[in-house]
Amino acid sequence: MNLPELPPYATALGIELDHDEAGRPVLHMDYSERVAGRPGFLHGGAMSGLMEMAAIAALRAELERRGEPMQLKPVNVTVEFMRGGTEKRTYAMGTVTRAGRRVALINAECWQDDRAKPIALAQMKVLLSPAE
Amino acid sequence: MTASKTLHDLPPDFVFDPARASKLTTRHGHGGWLGIAYHQHGADWVELALPWRDELVGVAETGVLASGPIISLMDNATSMAVWTLAGRFVPHATLDLRVDYMRAAVPGKTVIGHGECYKLTRTISFIRGIAHDGDPEDPVAHVAGTFMATHGTYL
Repeated sequence: MNLPELPPYATALGIELDHDEAGRPVLHMDYSERVAGRPGFLHGGAMSGLMEMAAIAALRAELERRGEPMQLKPVNVTVEFMRGGTEKRTYAMGTVTRAGRRVALINAECWQDDRAKPIALAQMKVLLSPAE
Repeated sequence: MTASKTLHDLPPDFVFDPARASKLTTRHGHGGWLGIAYHQHGADWVELALPWRDELVGVAETGVLASGPIISLMDNATSMAVWTLAGRFVPHATLDLRVDYMRAAVPGKTVIGHGECYKLTRTISFIRGIAHDGDPEDPVAHVAGTFMATHGTYL
């Protein structure tokens, strides 16, 4: 799989591609002062940002497999925070639940030590239009 | 106040003042990196400003800001609205947040996050807000969400 290019926001936060999991990119983000929230914890906004990047990367990978270059326009995102993120490396992966011709729905989750205990979930809706 | 480094170090009798408290949250960490600053506030609302920059774009084709910076801005603005309404700082955790993107922020324009707390219960606070880049009647995004008090209660 071609690694999807990450946008400036991802690069600025140190978000990188960790590995490819059956065609779905897994991203990681190391803890730094830049992503710190309340003392000792990851900021929820940084967590959300990481999950959004994973969701977009998963969608781009899926669209590439289909051979349909599309322009993406985010419609909305819902984030559920389940556990506080601590000062550790955080991972995120997106799963394209449905990608039709006009709308895509992507679920994303992020975790730290234990993959089975995600710290947050996100669901994102993206409008698709043919790339010019 | 001068000895406090974070909101958690505030003296227990501190009557929450978002203008002064923002000085603690906008210097360090994620808010500091984003450059989030205090704008203005009322009895149940707080406005914070997020200066636009290329680094915050999430989808290159559209110039739409990544949801991370918008969520961070609104999380901070609505948290402060909760504490302003409660009259004091209460440690809390964000349970959920939904962001609807109405349009792309105009590149170069500062984004204002207007956060409002519309209901406080003992344990849960309910919030909503908009982000706009100059005209509140033409928002960039709309948000809604909830927080839970983790130590103590709001009321």
